[in-house]
Amino acid sequence: MKIERREFLKLGAAVAVGLGGGMTLDVLTKAKPAAAETTTDAVGTKVSSKALHAKRWAMVIDASKFKTEADFRRVEEACVKAHNIPDFGPDSKHQIKWTWEEPFTRTFYGVDDPYLPEAIKKENFPVMCNHCENPPCVRVCPTQATFKRPDGIVGMDYHRCIGCRFCMAACPFGARSFNFVDPRPHIKDINPDFPTRTKGVVEKCNFCMERLDQGLMPVCVEASNGAMFFGDLDDPTSDVRKILDTHYAIRRKPELGTGPSVFYLVGGGGAGA
Amino acid sequence: MLEKALSGGKRYWTWVVFLLLLILAGFLAYMRQFEIGLGVTGMSRDVSWGLYIAQFTFLVGVAASAVMVAIPFYLHDYKNFKEIVIYGEFLAVSCVVMCILFIFVDLGQPMRIMNVILHPTPHSMMFWDMCVLFGYLVLNFVIGWTSLGAERKGFPHPHWVKVLTYIAIPWAVSIHTVTAFLYSGLPARAFWLSAIMAARFLASAFAAGPALLVIFLLVLRKVSSFKVGKEALQALAKIVAYAMIANVFFFLLEVFTAFYSRIPEDMAAFQYLFGGLDGKHNLVPFMWTAAVLALLGIALLVIPRTRKNEGVLPFAMAAVFIAAWLDKGVNLILAGFVPNPFGQVIQYAPTATELMIVVGVYAIGLLILTVLYKVVLGVREERA
Amino acid sequence: MIYGGKKIFAGLFIFVVLLISPFLANIGKADAQPNPSLNTPTIDALAAKQCVGSAQFMRTYHMQLLNEWRDQALRHGEYTYVNSQGQKFTISLENTCLKCHSNEQQFCNTCHTYVGVTPYCWECHQKGATQ
Repeated sequence: MKIERREFLKLGAAVAVGLGGGMTLDVLTKAKPAAAETTTDAVGTKVSSKALHAKRWAMVIDASKFKTEADFRRVEEACVKAHNIPDFGPDSKHQIKWTWEEPFTRTFYGVDDPYLPEAIKKENFPVMCNHCENPPCVRVCPTQATFKRPDGIVGMDYHRCIGCRFCMAACPFGARSFNFVDPRPHIKDINPDFPTRTKGVVEKCNFCMERLDQGLMPVCVEASNGAMFFGDLDDPTSDVRKILDTHYAIRRKPELGTGPSVFYLVGGGGAGA
Repeated sequence: MLEKALSGGKRYWTWVVFLLLLILAGFLAYMRQFEIGLGVTGMSRDVSWGLYIAQFTFLVGVAASAVMVAIPFYLHDYKNFKEIVIYGEFLAVSCVVMCILFIFVDLGQPMRIMNVILHPTPHSMMFWDMCVLFGYLVLNFVIGWTSLGAERKGFPHPHWVKVLTYIAIPWAVSIHTVTAFLYSGLPARAFWLSAIMAARFLASAFAAGPALLVIFLLVLRKVSSFKVGKEALQALAKIVAYAMIANVFFFLLEVFTAFYSRIPEDMAAFQYLFGGLDGKHNLVPFMWTAAVLALLGIALLVIPRTRKNEGVLPFAMAAVFIAAWLDKGVNLILAGFVPNPFGQVIQYAPTATELMIVVGVYAIGLLILTVLYKVVLGVREERA
Repeated sequence: MIYGGKKIFAGLFIFVVLLISPFLANIGKADAQPNPSLNTPTIDALAAKQCVGSAQFMRTYHMQLLNEWRDQALRHGEYTYVNSQGQKFTISLENTCLKCHSNEQQFCNTCHTYVGVTPYCWECHQKGATQ
């Protein structure tokens, strides 16, 4: 009943938008990485026509494929480089983290059953912003500096953030970091295509929205060598849905009702090949 | 009327200059924070709110000083509070100004504070807190200033002031409730996720506000022409006693729920407070001091002989006030971040810069209070 | 003479001097009107030297336009701007605005310095982004 009503409202909104703005909600049936096809706009800037769209972006992480430290480092470093994340050292209070590695007991804090198989207890997991369906950070933000996009991505407007850190208190996943000092001097090698941040604002993983808009998969997914999958949770034919339909995946703190969009395959119940 | 604050004895000016020096020191510390960022504080990724927000939370509570004298006087016509209502209201004004300043110094991008008004967001409790706090500030200042002006000319209050006093009473309840909602609605923090958070905030506010008011009234009795009456003090002391008992009772309800249910997440912060967790126990001394002072304060106030002894009364009030400060101005906020979302215990300790800014904001509050009280005294001395 | 007149007039004098001090400090130093340079290799190569809006529109509203662009791109994921002529442009500070206006010193700073405004774009955005 509830879901039907919501779908109806969504449809209504889509129709209204379609009528009003002559715009279409282009839902790709398959969100596969595509070589960005481009056209050229009025001043010769290339316009990507292959922006990826979804109703709700989601990620499935096959933890069994993160075997060595190198697997984690590769993914983390790809993200750090792409998003100009500063390095304050591992013990600094000023650490900024978008995606990083945590052991099972911390990733799934509260699920630390003493009788789990050793293999699971020893498994490590990449953690990041869960891009919740029902994000508490968005609910508490007094300026809408953090917001949920129509495609389910929880974004940040670094221009609007006043740095009150209410979102950090509200996030059950410890996914948010605050720029306690100017981050720029601490960025190893600056990627000129992505902005850095200023001191006094909160930041976190953005599901690589800047890449999706160019038709590219998130950089961690690309660097993971097939250990991470990304797609539309609303599309039964998407990669993530196909995996979730056939494998037992768990989410962090599902009991809080935030509806995380990051799923974990635990204990070697691997997906795909 | 403000000119009354410009004439005073040597003691008055020494006090004012002392406060101004503290404000200057606080301001210089803030300039450092403004330049470098909140990295000059002890806050971290894991304990992302520290003393600033804790002081804000506590001072919202002290602002209840006004309503606890206003209800008996305006609603029940309790004449003994006639002279002291204005002291309660002006104490609330000073507290709310400090609240706003503590929020301001906690912001990473203070120059963007107007974004809260530019992009009003009704689903954020912070937005509502801003509205009710600002409203409470205006209400108390207008009520206090107007009735003092009327008193100076020997007129009764204008009628609309009476209307405002009625509005101010439920409004006072709203500031504690909405401030509690900042915390009690967060799924991430088991320690704060409690339906009686707002009730606890009201109880501790109704204890801490009048307790501080009694202390200030006793100070005024020593240093000024205003000699507060015995009955008024006793009435305030009883209010403090009842409120503090309710406050401790509510706290024990939380302890029972956590430890009888034995839900690990609900127990964790209490374990950290009372005995330490993972070998970390920064807050343990604060918790036990608060517990002992709370019980001591209640005992001194409940036993009629000690309550009626005006030599003991300031100590009883100080015990209650400090217990409430440790509970809300330190423990409640800091322990809320323990354990962090990964189950780790990360501790926080404020830095010298941070402490200096806290002292500076308190000095601003005391200066405002001093000036307002001086005006009241001046007006009343002139009439006498 | 009014009571305490000397103090009052001395106070008033100090107040007025402080009030007009910025004007006193600038007497006889008329600043030349800013004359921003539009010439960059990219602009020179354009057939029609036309920004996304008219010069008058851009002069008045560039800040509002940038705000709108940010909200549109970031919040709605829409990267195409259609101007009043129906021309389409990609919404991007680095790749659309700065591709033409690559001369920050002569273009941005000339006017902003004149009116005493310090844009903080470069604290986060970067000059020399690649396409």
